[in-house]
Amino acid sequence: MLGIKGKDLSVFILVAALALLAPFLLNPFPVDSAMAQFNAGYPDLMQRFVIFGIFAIGFNILFGLTGYLSFGHAAFLGVGSYAAIWMMKLVSLNIIPGIIMAIVFAGLFSVLVGYISLRRSGIYFSILTLAFAQMSYALAYSVLTPLTGGETGLQIKPGDNPLLSNIPEGEIGRASLFGLEMSDSSIIRLGGWEFTMNVGYYVCAVVMVLAFYMAIRIFRSPFGMMLRAVKSNQQRMNYTGLNSKPYTLAAFVISGMYAGLAGGLMVAMDTQVGPERMFWTASGEVVLMTILGGAGTLIGPVLGAGFIKYMENIVSKINSTVLHEWFAFLPDGMEDFLVTIFYPFVGKGWHLTLGLMFMAVVIFLPGGLVQGGQKLAAMFRRKKADDTDGDTANQKTPAE
Amino acid sequence: MDQIIVQVLNGLDKGSAYALIALGLTLIFGTLGVVNFAHGALFMLGAFCAVVFSRILSLSHEVVDETRTDFLGNPMKIDVPYMHDIFGPELGASIIDWAVPLSILFSIPVMIGVGFAMERGLIKHFYKRPHADQILVTFGLAIVLQEIVKAFFGANPIQTPAPEAFTGSFDFGVLLGFDPLTIMYPYWRLVYFGFAALIIGAVFAFLQFTTFGMVVRAGMADRETVGLLGIDIDRRFTLMFAIAACVAGVAGVMYAPIVAPNYHMGMDFLVLSFVVVVVGGMGSLPGAVFAGFLLGVLESFASMPAIVELLPGINQIIIYLVAIIILLTRPRGLMGRKGVMEE
Amino acid sequence: MSRHNLTRRGVIKTGAVAGAGLALPTYLSAAGHEGFTNAPTGDTVTLGFNVPQSGPYADEGADELRAFELAVEHLNGEGDGGMLQTFSSKALEGTGILGKRVEYVTGDTQTKSDAARASARSMIEKDGAVMISGGSSSGVAVAVQALCQEAGIIFMAGLTHSNDTTGKDRKANGFRHFFNSYMSGAALAPILVDQYGADRKAYHLTADYNWGYTTEEAMASSTEALGWETVNSVKTPLTQTDFSSYIAPVLNSGADVLVLNHYGGNMVNSLTNAVQFGLREAEANGKKFEIVVPLYSELMARGAGQNIAGILGSQNWDWKLENQLGARYTGTNAFVQSFGEKYGFPPSQAAHTCYVQTLLYADAVTRAGSFAPCAVVEALEGFEFDGLGNGPTTYRADDHQCFKDVVVVRGKENPENEFDLVEIVEVTPTEQVTYAPDHPQFAGGSLGSCNNGA
Repeated sequence: MLGIKGKDLSVFILVAALALLAPFLLNPFPVDSAMAQFNAGYPDLMQRFVIFGIFAIGFNILFGLTGYLSFGHAAFLGVGSYAAIWMMKLVSLNIIPGIIMAIVFAGLFSVLVGYISLRRSGIYFSILTLAFAQMSYALAYSVLTPLTGGETGLQIKPGDNPLLSNIPEGEIGRASLFGLEMSDSSIIRLGGWEFTMNVGYYVCAVVMVLAFYMAIRIFRSPFGMMLRAVKSNQQRMNYTGLNSKPYTLAAFVISGMYAGLAGGLMVAMDTQVGPERMFWTASGEVVLMTILGGAGTLIGPVLGAGFIKYMENIVSKINSTVLHEWFAFLPDGMEDFLVTIFYPFVGKGWHLTLGLMFMAVVIFLPGGLVQGGQKLAAMFRRKKADDTDGDTANQKTPAE
Repeated sequence: MDQIIVQVLNGLDKGSAYALIALGLTLIFGTLGVVNFAHGALFMLGAFCAVVFSRILSLSHEVVDETRTDFLGNPMKIDVPYMHDIFGPELGASIIDWAVPLSILFSIPVMIGVGFAMERGLIKHFYKRPHADQILVTFGLAIVLQEIVKAFFGANPIQTPAPEAFTGSFDFGVLLGFDPLTIMYPYWRLVYFGFAALIIGAVFAFLQFTTFGMVVRAGMADRETVGLLGIDIDRRFTLMFAIAACVAGVAGVMYAPIVAPNYHMGMDFLVLSFVVVVVGGMGSLPGAVFAGFLLGVLESFASMPAIVELLPGINQIIIYLVAIIILLTRPRGLMGRKGVMEE
Repeated sequence: MSRHNLTRRGVIKTGAVAGAGLALPTYLSAAGHEGFTNAPTGDTVTLGFNVPQSGPYADEGADELRAFELAVEHLNGEGDGGMLQTFSSKALEGTGILGKRVEYVTGDTQTKSDAARASARSMIEKDGAVMISGGSSSGVAVAVQALCQEAGIIFMAGLTHSNDTTGKDRKANGFRHFFNSYMSGAALAPILVDQYGADRKAYHLTADYNWGYTTEEAMASSTEALGWETVNSVKTPLTQTDFSSYIAPVLNSGADVLVLNHYGGNMVNSLTNAVQFGLREAEANGKKFEIVVPLYSELMARGAGQNIAGILGSQNWDWKLENQLGARYTGTNAFVQSFGEKYGFPPSQAAHTCYVQTLLYADAVTRAGSFAPCAVVEALEGFEFDGLGNGPTTYRADDHQCFKDVVVVRGKENPENEFDLVEIVEVTPTEQVTYAPDHPQFAGGSLGSCNNGA
């Protein structure tokens, strides 16, 4: 089906189903329960999940396949964002032109950066990309302020009147897709549960499913094979007379365009751009997402992106009052004790939890979360297999 | 001219910090083959050793002064350091005053301990893992370390002044025949520069003139062969890691009076020090030192008002620009050996 | 909001639900009934406190959060009531807001506009917050203010000092109690001239981002108006930690005053470096060299330690105001008392402004009788009040900026403890720091119309 088959097809169907059902899956707890704190099914976070998923999928095409570790991918995301917001300010509030220009500009910028950086490999390549990204950040922050808005960044202002959109006097334009506003949602209430169906989220989700589909096709294509060859032994490839450069550059540009797409979508969902999304930590974040999820695997980066964004948005919001509410059923001394234990890890301590999680995943699951899932699955399977083995053994004994 | 000399001094000073951190990074990378993203955090820990030690020295007990009141109207409590009780107010005060230099003694065992624990507890399991995994795990460790420091000391910078004797500036210009007061340079920064030179010299001497150093150098060049010769290279590498941590630590201690320590100061240095290492040449110790000073001086020059006016923004990108140019024209870095980590 | 928009949304909503074809969901939208975003339905109302909890401003954020908690306590009738007793408006009775118990959610801005908006959106979309407050930088304030305008939420800015927040980036749904760059300049300049003389040459070091620009502009223009000359102004990167390269040329530039348009860690480092390079003891043009820090905070003073002694700057508020300058600043002691009792140290100006903003919001809702943003905006616009520690204050309708006295402070030479680092030099009266809404430093913005959201 669709040119993919077997395991890939089931992974694709799984991702598509997860993306479409996310508003339900991510809100497993009733609104009024104490566990509602852990619900992630609100538009902003769901959008971030899929947008960063796209970013990580793209990054994985470069890193997972060729092994080139770029430390500057956030720059492409930033360039895409700036391109998209200018399109919205000047041309149309419809998100399509913005996203297209985001991809185009990020693509062009990645051709430039890729052409230069790919002349080196290994850690030198990483430092080169890092240097380009840091330069973009520094310039966007200060010298390019007329173009980027500096620290405050760019937003759609009341005075902005894009060519192709009609905004009533005094109103601020909102991003839309042929009349559907990105911020529109409808809320479905079922018993104690509440599910938010958001237009913007579904736009992102559809784009993400398409992007994921593209990634599968790239992974399984001859081009993808070539990229893998670069990773396993570039020298041998060169000796056989193949020039690997065009392939790696193509992979670099494709992943840059994915980053641009993510940047464009970010603007479409939340019409604001600031330079800090180009800072090296933002580039580091996508590296972490990919490795955490499982580099080189199809679904890993998406999982990693979801994991980190979940930590950032959910764990950071747990404060001592919330903790006290959770443990309120316990006797006083016990309650205070537990709150004291948990408090350093949540709220303002969420970075600590994040750091510990990184370490735990890398130490115990070198292949990332995907490997964790596989191990878990294997454990269950082995258990079953053991059982059947036992059965056959039992059956055998009497026969002997 | 006088401005240029001042900026050279500034550059050497900044370069000292870069060089010390890059030196440690290179020691670790060259010997163990590990990309240590927690190295900035070690520098930060060093600076906080100074903070902790000066706090220990000024540990005090409260004496209630009935004649004055605090902001809520209760009797004022005044802190009297134990040092004043033990050594008398004058000697006590001067011991507290000298907290930063004294904390070097305190930081060495602490940092060796930290380095030892880090290598044995974590890093040694990552020798054979890909660089990406090393980066991720050490980055995680760096976050954990700085969050722990933040939990105890807060996010605000903590002023850790140099001893009274080193405050103020030295009239450097007079030495060179300029008019008095044209080139003034803070004493402590000169001390820092001298100290950095001393440490760098000591590390090189250690590697060059001791058997231990010789073995380590041999191990850096060809680990396998050294292992085949029946030398327990692993044990030596652990010690090298501890030494590298120690170098970063004392660099941090001495840096505390220059920039007030805060929990994320390590991250500020991390990226820069990697750039320094790569520009100098991966695995080359002299390269790391030379590149550290070079980039420090270039950064200082690029920040001169006249230059910034000419090329706006150059002060923010100069280091990266230099890195790009060098990597493209001389891929193995300024002093990297041919063939080492070129691909 | 125009009716057109509302109806269109209504259509989309029903359409989406019908399209989804779900088996009889009970489709209820509070918004549909009340006509504004996150209308509180039960017996509680949720406020969102969005402060930096990680990154360099985490300590400031922690102090803001303490103030918010205290404000919520007082609004709910717990504790000693704090400034509720001294507040000139007597609408609040300690029974929550409009009889609804006040609850709150917290988030981490990380001092990044992206993260701040993500956190604010989660408060709006997930927790149903009807007002957002807090923050410790102008970039974040501008970003979150725009978001609140778009979503139909009230934004009560925390610590933000850039002119832009109520200047070119002002929004109808946003309100600022804190003072701004212009006011700092206008308040400081006469005192600087008074203390250091009218014949001075200033050298500006400016943090290279929007707040730095507006502060430099304000300081330069108001000191120049009184006879000072600006010799040079140099932008320094935000990420700079060692300012030696920028400080070194100052002494030989012919300037005799250094103005540090830096905040937070930048300011601590640049000031420390300046002192190291001997600028405090230096002489230039036959005068003693002076350093000025336009925006002062207690945390910065603590970070700078001894170096801050004798340096002039401006503050929005100080906990010693009422004790030293009398009953005009009533409310100060009440707040310091209840904050000090609870946490054991006096509050910072960031804590004060956040506490006051929460009270002002609750009071406006009570007077308006509604949580609807447009009603709140109407109640706050032109609102004159007293008893919140700053003396008589007005929320100007034209730009939603509070006008009140500005405190000029100086670092203490011999501080008695770590909370008593600054002394009040003078208080500049409101009239002297008031400007026209269309002042050039604030030009280019418009409030737009208030947004109730949907």
